[in-house]
Amino acid sequence: MKQYLLSVHLVEGAPTPSDEEMQTMFRETARINDEMQAAGAWVFGGGLVSPDSATVVRIENGTTTMSDGPFAETKEHIAGFWIIKCADLDQALAWAEKCAAACGPIEVRPFDDLSEA
Amino acid sequence: MDLANIYRAEYGRCVATLARLLGDINLAEEAVQDAFTTALQKWQTPPPNPGAWIVTTARNRAVDRLRRESTREARHAQALLLHHQDEPSEVGPVKDDQLRLIFTCCHPALAPDARTALTLRLLGGLEVPEIARAYLTQEATVAQRIVRAKKKIRDAGIPYRVPAEHELPDRLPPVLTVLYLMFNEGYASTAGALIDADLCTEAIRLARELAALMPDEPEVLGLLALLLLTEARRPARLGPTGELVLLADQDRSLWNRTLIAEGHDLVRRCLRRNRPGPYQIQAAINAVHTDGAATDWPQVLALYDQLLALAPTPIVALNRAVAVAEVHGPAVALAVLADVDLPGYHRLPATRAELLARLGRDAEARAAYDQAVALATNETERAFLETRRTDLTRGRRAS
Repeated sequence: MKQYLLSVHLVEGAPTPSDEEMQTMFRETARINDEMQAAGAWVFGGGLVSPDSATVVRIENGTTTMSDGPFAETKEHIAGFWIIKCADLDQALAWAEKCAAACGPIEVRPFDDLSEA
Repeated sequence: MDLANIYRAEYGRCVATLARLLGDINLAEEAVQDAFTTALQKWQTPPPNPGAWIVTTARNRAVDRLRRESTREARHAQALLLHHQDEPSEVGPVKDDQLRLIFTCCHPALAPDARTALTLRLLGGLEVPEIARAYLTQEATVAQRIVRAKKKIRDAGIPYRVPAEHELPDRLPPVLTVLYLMFNEGYASTAGALIDADLCTEAIRLARELAALMPDEPEVLGLLALLLLTEARRPARLGPTGELVLLADQDRSLWNRTLIAEGHDLVRRCLRRNRPGPYQIQAAINAVHTDGAATDWPQVLALYDQLLALAPTPIVALNRAVAVAEVHGPAVALAVLADVDLPGYHRLPATRAELLARLGRDAEARAAYDQAVALATNETERAFLETRRTDLTRGRRAS
């Protein structure tokens, strides 16, 4: 079994979905979660509050600093994610296809499984 | 058969089988290379089934090597080998393994450049410098593409299996594209000599194997037919001084009748299945070109109409315009070309130039030839276009 991160990407400035679209997205996401749980693939998943709610913690020269805002100054942000476990990339891609239909483009990234060895 | 030929023929098959047995492409390559090194020392004459000898030796070598190592990959591979222990001790390459490996190499999760390089390396047994030469790329770039792709296969868990029936619509086209591009690069290479026979031969060999493994996929048969019918005309494609000879001017007695017969047979098999696709239609077009003493242009045009409906790309539109010129005349074809947009591709202005020349619009034709010459990257093609332009100036052109 391998683990994969399926992340949902949000482009800053893209038109905000309507309430109705949001409802559909939530409903579809809940349905996918159920399906993943039934298949034994679900590890964790959730949506994130917008990137301006983020705080970055750093330790430099032994001093801890906190700063407001996301770590990376980019136009794209992670809006939510799933962590799934499955046999191979093809299975992960099949889940990603379902997620993409509900939430837009999904990035599929394998976890480093060295720790499992 | 000497060792070099055996290597070319068996390398991919053996790596494919070892990759299944070991679950790791790098280990499989090392084991197969080890076995060929042993063969070089031991063989007085090759054994009757060299592939089986290589696979068996490679497997034994891999077992020895894995016992000495204790990395995670080694432990994983040992576990897989144990799992396959019930297989007979004398094993040969398994055909399905190649099919698995080709789908792994052409997985859509890999970058397109990497797919071709990896297929040539693993299934064709081509060395990195050979691949770099074929694609006019730095050796280091090719080597890096291959290393990255193999790393991604391992890290991302790209499976080593033939996709299920319902996955084939997504997964087969990249495989066919890789074989098509491999052949095309060999046939009309980006620069240098026009025809690189090695790449063409390799693409045909792999297409043949794919067709043998998937005889019920008409597009696979269509691709093989297309490659065979194109390859059949290769002996007539270049004149005595290495110059390009157009289809209409080719000496048809130089065409390879055996390949043409095989290609026509495949096209008929496709027609019977009646599940047309872009490769099958291109094969049918080439079947018409190689049928009888002259091309039946109305039939070619009808096939291009069908192809354009299935694959509405500017390249198809350009090729269709050539057929339009033959059926409805150059003026109609020029009007068709006006809607075709292919920035940077020399064949668009070259075709326009030919049509303008036929209409006697020499000044415009010359300007179009100038454009085409400036864009052509291949020496042979540039020389051909320059000759056409010169003929135009001297008024030697009959048509």
